[in-house]
Formats: sequence, structure tokens, C-alpha cells
Amino acid sequence: MNESKCLRETPLSQWHRAHDGRMVEFAGYSMPVQYKTGVLAEHAAVREKVGIFDITHMGEIMVEGGGAEQWLEGLVTNKILGIAPGKVVYTAMCQDDGGVLDDMLIYRLAKHRWLVVCNAANHDKILTWFQIHQPGKDVVIDDASYRTALIAIQGPNSHQLITRLEAIRPHTDSVGQLDFYTSLNVVVGGAEWVVSRTGYTGEHGYEIYVPNDMALSLWQELITKGEEFGVVPVGLAARDTLRFEVCYCLYGHELSEDTTPLEAGIGWAVKFKKADYIGKEALQKQKAAGVPRLLIGLEVAGRTIARQSAQVMSQNQLLGQVTSGNYSPTLRRSLALALVASGVPDRELQVEVRGKVYPCHAVPIPFLSARVKGDPRAERTLPA
Amino acid sequence: MVADDRKYSQEHEWVLVEGEFGTVGVTEYAASELGDVVFVELPEVGSEVNMGESVGTIESVKAVADLFTPVTGEVVEVNDAVVDSPELVNSEPLDGGWLMKIRLTEPTELEQLLTASDYAALLGG
Repeated sequence: MNESKCLRETPLSQWHRAHDGRMVEFAGYSMPVQYKTGVLAEHAAVREKVGIFDITHMGEIMVEGGGAEQWLEGLVTNKILGIAPGKVVYTAMCQDDGGVLDDMLIYRLAKHRWLVVCNAANHDKILTWFQIHQPGKDVVIDDASYRTALIAIQGPNSHQLITRLEAIRPHTDSVGQLDFYTSLNVVVGGAEWVVSRTGYTGEHGYEIYVPNDMALSLWQELITKGEEFGVVPVGLAARDTLRFEVCYCLYGHELSEDTTPLEAGIGWAVKFKKADYIGKEALQKQKAAGVPRLLIGLEVAGRTIARQSAQVMSQNQLLGQVTSGNYSPTLRRSLALALVASGVPDRELQVEVRGKVYPCHAVPIPFLSARVKGDPRAERTLPA
Repeated sequence: MVADDRKYSQEHEWVLVEGEFGTVGVTEYAASELGDVVFVELPEVGSEVNMGESVGTIESVKAVADLFTPVTGEVVEVNDAVVDSPELVNSEPLDGGWLMKIRLTEPTELEQLLTASDYAALLGG
């Protein structure tokens, strides 16, 4: 046991342990990686029914004041200037050289109130980055991470489940009408909750930010009310396989300080028709010169998984590296995302795993299409 | 709850000896630690394997583990069912999820393996 290591708990940690959650260290937190039913069952529940996730480890930073909008706009690659209150934007935050500090969601909660949701592992770095970049007098930064719990409800039955919650009445109708990438602030028991139509699974889903002391009762109600919709608690392992199939970037894998958002395939979240922001010049230059690497999908032959750092080659020439690789529970095959030199010839490739070379070939990404908009039960067209 | 009809390795494989053959699989503990198994790579039938050497791999969503053979001999059969349905390793680790059958050429080495009670103690400790 690691007595020496003091890990942060979430308001749900005790619940996870009591329900056979296998706890692991993740970004300084003790988090459930899976429950007894296993990763595959949790994964399938989210694709077919509904799953709930404790993702309290995520960082929540409030940015408030009259200067917040302009200041934040100068730090991120996507455009947040002028978005309506209730809108959520996915963006990268870059260094001067275009390397990604983190990817994040930015919520405009009100005219002068913004919520920045960053990765747990980057929380301290982003806070420091904010301090270095002098927000000025009319910007107030308030780190809400350690008082805020975050629960995600994901899957085709998530709408039925969330609209059945006693906890969000009398806001049920407005929550039920949330569009993709919009949010709502609701007052529950005198406290502010934020509910958004967002997620990291590629399914119709919601994320709810609540004060720590209200998380357990919400979670328990989700379990009880969710029974008829097939709800299961889902750990971090299935959260990873779910995001992997729909090819959402994971910081530390597809994204890092040595990778630009253009390379990682999130160029759609990089805008050049906006005022200066950190990294803009470098990204513009990279785009003009030609992006040197790109993220591709691979299907690996046989019964092995090419995980992060596996080398991708073509006729003994090193092309790049796998950023994430796993068995796709939905597609039932070994897939990988790899960052490789641009202009990879469209021929047979190889990947090296534990000293052995396995054939693989490029496949279109995302591996599986997301169902975040429109019919949550839309038929998926699975590749052959 | 450790089956007492077989012997165990420190690496959490079991071997069930019947005459000159030993059937090899991984224990419930190993299966549970690995989590959902999604691929199993087994040695070629006819290959010679030596006690303690890596002869294949077991991939779960979370990790990859080497399959070590607890006995020396010739691989005479592998479980094709487990190759097609790797989840058998999790659901039936001690029977339907067996991995390979080996003709034992060094039967005396069985004495080096753990008895059921030794193995139980290993897990308990």
C-alpha cells in the first residue's frame, strides 16, 4: 500500500469503494478505473443505454469580471469572443510555439462569468499560466476545482434519465431542451449547479457541476432512477475506450506541449480570423509551411494492441508513433491513433510492439461516428 | 477458493496434470487483475517451451501481460475457443478458459510449483 502517497478523494470515493470500484491514482486523485462488471460491460452500457461517471478530478476555474472576455480570448485558439451566455466552446490553449498546454471547455455562464474546465493533470499548470498572464484589474480568477464535483451522464438513455431527476426540478424542461454544447445555470437547494449537453464519449449526454456536498445524493438518485434505463457506473478505463473510438483527443496522448492542435486534428478549434492570441503566429506559420505531422487511424492485424509510443513504420522507415491504441469494444478490432509524418504513403504500414513487427493499415477517423446531435439512437454505419 | 486439483506458479498460471500432459491456464486472480481480456496470443502447436519462459501474451483493455509457461515440454494443443472468445479467460479461467496443453518432458519440475494451499497463502499474503 502507498501510505506515503496522499491522494485526493472525491465526494464519491467511498461510494466507489463500497461498490467494487477498483481505485487507481490519476492526476493526484484516487479514482475508479472500473467496477466489478468490467470495462467492456461499462463501455457497452454507455453505447447502448446510459452510464454515469465521477469526473470530479477535472479542473474548474471561474474567470469573472468585465475584462474576462477579452483576456480569455487572447489565451485560446478557438473563438469565444461574443458567444452568447449559455454557450460552451471546446478550445486548445497554446504556448507561443503552438504547442498545446491543454485542451478545455469554456462556458460563458453569464455576460461576465466564465467557467474554464481543464484536465486534472494540467490544472496547476493552467492556473500558473493564468497568473503569469496578468489578468489585470477587471478579471478575477477563482479556482473552484476542490469544491466542485462533476458527474457525467452519457448514453442514448441519458435524456430520459436526466429529465426524471427530482434533483433538477423545476428546471427539468429547460435541461431537457439543452442543445449540444450549451449549458444552464440552475439553483438547487440554494446552490448553483451548471448542467451542460457535453461529454467525452461520442454519445448524447450531460455533465453536471455541483458543490461537493451535493454530489453523493445526486449520484444516488442517478443510480436509483437510472435502474429502468440500464444505468451503470463507469470508470476511467471505459471513459478512455469510449473517447478513443470516436477519436476525441486525450492530453498526454494526442496532445502535448510538443504537438500543435493542427497536427493533432483539432484544427477546427483553431481560428485565424480573430485578434492575436498566444500561439497564433506560430500556428499560422505552421499552416502556411504545411503541417509536418498528422493524426491518422490505424487498424492493426492480428491479436495485439499497439499502445502509446509504439513506432509506426513503412518499409523500415520510421514515420511516427502511436498516441493511443486499444481494442475497440464496439468494432471488435485492434485500432490505434498515430502521429505520423505528413504525406504517409497509402500503402501497407507496420507497427512495432514489444520488439515484434505487425502489419497495419491506415483507416479513416473517427473510427466510430459520434451521436451527440440529433437522434441519440441513430443507426451507426460500422466500417466493414 | 483455490482449486486443489492442480499446481500453481508465482506468475499466477495453473497446470492440471493428467498422465504425461499438463493443461495450462491463468488463475482467477490473474484474470481479475487483468480485467476484460480482449486478445490472447498462444504458442504454435509443436513448439518446445521451457518452464518460466514467455510463450504468448494476454491483452486486456488496460494492459498486456506475458503468458509464462509453468512447465517444460512440447505444446500439443492450444485452446482455439479462447482465441476466438478471449472473454473465456475471465468467465471460466479454470476450465473453458484453459490456454494450452503441454506434453511434459521434465515432470520432476512440478515439485517446484506451488500447491493450492501455498498459492492461497501467496494471494492471502
